[in-house]
Amino acid sequence: MTSTTTTKGVLSPRKKKASLPWSGLMFWIIIAIWMIPVAWLVLMSIRPSADILAGLEIIPSRITFDGYITFLSKDIWYGAYLNSLTYSTLNTVMSVTVALPAAYAFSRFSFAGDKHLFFWLLTNRMAPAAVFLLPFFNMYKAVGLFDTNLGVAIAHMLFNVPLAVWILEGFISGIPREVDETAAIDGYSLPRFFIKIFLPMIRSGIGVTAFFCFMFSWVELLIARTITSTEAKPISAAMTRTVTSGGLDWTLLSTAGVMTILPGILAIWFVRKYIAKGFALGRV
Amino acid sequence: MKTRNNKAWFLVLPVILTVSFTAILPLMTVANYAVQDIFSPTDRLFIGMDWFYNITNDPLIFNAFKRSFSFSIQVLLIQIPLGIAIARIMPKSGWKASAALVMVAIPLIIPWNVIGTTWQIFARPDIGLGGYLINKFIDFNYTSDPLDGWILILLVDVWHWTPLVILLVYAGLRSIPPAYYQAAAIDGASQVAVFRFVELPKLKRVLMIAILLRFMDSFMIYTEPFVITGGGPGEATTFLSILLSNIAVGQFDIGRAGAFSLIYFLFIQILSFLFFTVLTLQERAEVTKAK
Amino acid sequence: MAEIRLENLGHSYDGGTTYALNPLNLTWKDGNAIALLGPSGCGKTTLLNIISGLITPSSGRVYFDGVDVTESDTARRNVAQVFQFPVLYDTMTVSQNLAFPLKNRGISKDEISKRIAEVAELLDLTKYLDERPLRLRSDLQQLVSLGRGLVRKDVPAILFDEPLTVIDQNFKWTLRGRLKELHRVTKHTLVYVTHDQTEALTFADEVVVLNEGSVVQSGSSADLFLQPEHEFVGFFIGSPGMNFLNASITNGLVVLNNQEIGSAKSFGGQNLDSGSVRIGVRPEFLTISNSNGLPVQIDRVENRGGYQLAHFELAGSKTIAKLSNETKVASGQSANLVFDQERTYLFRESQLCGRLVSKVS
Repeated sequence: MTSTTTTKGVLSPRKKKASLPWSGLMFWIIIAIWMIPVAWLVLMSIRPSADILAGLEIIPSRITFDGYITFLSKDIWYGAYLNSLTYSTLNTVMSVTVALPAAYAFSRFSFAGDKHLFFWLLTNRMAPAAVFLLPFFNMYKAVGLFDTNLGVAIAHMLFNVPLAVWILEGFISGIPREVDETAAIDGYSLPRFFIKIFLPMIRSGIGVTAFFCFMFSWVELLIARTITSTEAKPISAAMTRTVTSGGLDWTLLSTAGVMTILPGILAIWFVRKYIAKGFALGRV
Repeated sequence: MKTRNNKAWFLVLPVILTVSFTAILPLMTVANYAVQDIFSPTDRLFIGMDWFYNITNDPLIFNAFKRSFSFSIQVLLIQIPLGIAIARIMPKSGWKASAALVMVAIPLIIPWNVIGTTWQIFARPDIGLGGYLINKFIDFNYTSDPLDGWILILLVDVWHWTPLVILLVYAGLRSIPPAYYQAAAIDGASQVAVFRFVELPKLKRVLMIAILLRFMDSFMIYTEPFVITGGGPGEATTFLSILLSNIAVGQFDIGRAGAFSLIYFLFIQILSFLFFTVLTLQERAEVTKAK
Repeated sequence: MAEIRLENLGHSYDGGTTYALNPLNLTWKDGNAIALLGPSGCGKTTLLNIISGLITPSSGRVYFDGVDVTESDTARRNVAQVFQFPVLYDTMTVSQNLAFPLKNRGISKDEISKRIAEVAELLDLTKYLDERPLRLRSDLQQLVSLGRGLVRKDVPAILFDEPLTVIDQNFKWTLRGRLKELHRVTKHTLVYVTHDQTEALTFADEVVVLNEGSVVQSGSSADLFLQPEHEFVGFFIGSPGMNFLNASITNGLVVLNNQEIGSAKSFGGQNLDSGSVRIGVRPEFLTISNSNGLPVQIDRVENRGGYQLAHFELAGSKTIAKLSNETKVASGQSANLVFDQERTYLFRESQLCGRLVSKVS
């Protein structure tokens, strides 16, 4: 009697099964190594700055939560953190809103120049941020968007709108055209159909897109730093600019680093089921 | 079949307006800078294409270009095979798969300067765990040795972005119906044959996307070398974006930066256009084949 | 070509908590075409994958011609399997696809080209050998994937997992015809999984009906139709399915709607015990008489071309009679219903337990 059980998913031949435990273990070892720098960052955030600079310690001899206390009490830190959250959220909402009708158009209609437009949009996703520093600086000064969260949110649409169109188009193309036709027969107007029927159907697509928009806005430094000074200073800029009298406060810096990872982890957890799908669906 | 309807342009209009403001207008400004020599906002001189001649003959820029290009190639050579290898051994179902996905994605959600800062200290020989350990075996100092600096930036990029390749390939692998594996088992195919004849052909599309994204993004790398090495030691890690931002923001040499930007941008546009064309041609060929 | 014997074969995907396939015993004669028929999730694909060796059963043994192959892996069992959709190696031509399983087994080049030529001839694929399979029509693609199984020598069985699912409507019949013809020529043992009764009944010598992980009946098409041993078979096979009426037995007499309509006999001829019972009768075996019979009120008559269906309610159950076009019947009319003596069955706990010997015939 054998009691070998096989998972319902990918059924592999016997030979492969034998090697599975080994490769599974291998994966977790790789992941563990991959996580070391992050663990190191967390460890630094609870060590006094002087200890960090004094020498290498794997297990901290002294533990401090000063970094976290300072981070949460000084508005230069939590203010910058809130700024980053604000413009990333703003950017996500705007990018998805603008991209949705366009993605629908690309998926459902053919119109003059559609393919070239789609290509051209995507090439903007590839545009080097450094190219835009000067003009952004000057333009945003001129129109009063300089040093505002809205300004950063708009600037980040440069790369997030093409990305959003790209991912959403993939998801929308996965919904059969018959859905649209049925709704049209039932007498729905396009906007009403879009909001009442279509949006709920591509929920997961919108979730994944929102995740990527938020993330790419959250991790960007160069543009955000260039078009802000004090009012809308992002957390990442606060980190590069804060030097105390005693040199860099590594504890505080690491604390800020740890804090910046949290929203991302939260976001991934919500979309973990669709994240892989979101990648695979993007049409080129 | 798609409906032919030019009114769809109205749906695309918001995107066009946004991109006009975030991309076209700035690029026109850049073009405007590029044909002038700007001493101050009021004192400027139209000089035509001079900057472009200047740029294309500038060894500093040419070297940065070579550096960026070879960096991107190395990135691809390491990250694509590594990404495929790791994705193939990733757990495929249950909570383990969820946990693996989240952990793999973590490097992608860390702000780029935080990644820089973390590695900057992590790789230090005196107080960083990584630098300390590696120095037990070989002499490694990224602040003084140009090669070490280069290797560190490459390593950071591998750490930071291989997860993107892993996720893409993982997604591609998950979309292969189990029947293909079953058929291969019945046909007596070896593991290598399964990879070569089942997985690789089905991964073609995601791999193209991975190569495109990884090439472009690594070609524009800025934040990590800026934070970790500042472009050094010497000019070992002065990539195109670093050089550009030095010229534009550091030296405020606006005209020269403008011309530089335009050429840089154009190069990337042409490259991605070529990529897209190859991809669509391939996809179209497959669609017509299936008919 | 082989006889397939399954002994106490069962499978659980979750280590024994629930069984996708309850332990079963079956023997299939060499050269027979067997259909595994049932709704989705009934365990038929699990059973097929156990036979092909893709799944190792939780319990029981699999024998090919008396040889225990339970522990052999798929490649060693040498079976051929065709999946729901054509599974092909996209980067290879048709002939490379056909050569692949042979190459993996280290067979000589000459032998490979000989086998490919034979199989291509058999499946009528010779003119497509140098094409990429993706360029072919879906039914031809399915033949190529079948060919990959057939090129191997001494294939004990060919397994089909709903092979017509994605085939264009127009070519479904063509492909099925080809498969039947192939069976006639090669005399392979065929195991064919489907949820389509027409496919199963017309294709197979023996049909195994599965439901919720158990075999409910196994037999020829005629057996399943004429004498279903389980309510599920009666209901699942036939179009429309069998009618079931709630009734009871008192003193050996069947009471329907407070009316004694006949006696309840087991197949051995004894009277059945008192208690509730379900009468099962196919629409084909109900007729309408002018004189005597069970009075019913016809709700609706549906003309189906070659025959007509009379719908009515009997003892609280919606009932259908399949009548010839000559029968005069109209909606709203009263009629007298007659049960076919031979083909009216009694079921208890869904199992066939006896026959209704009608008084009103």
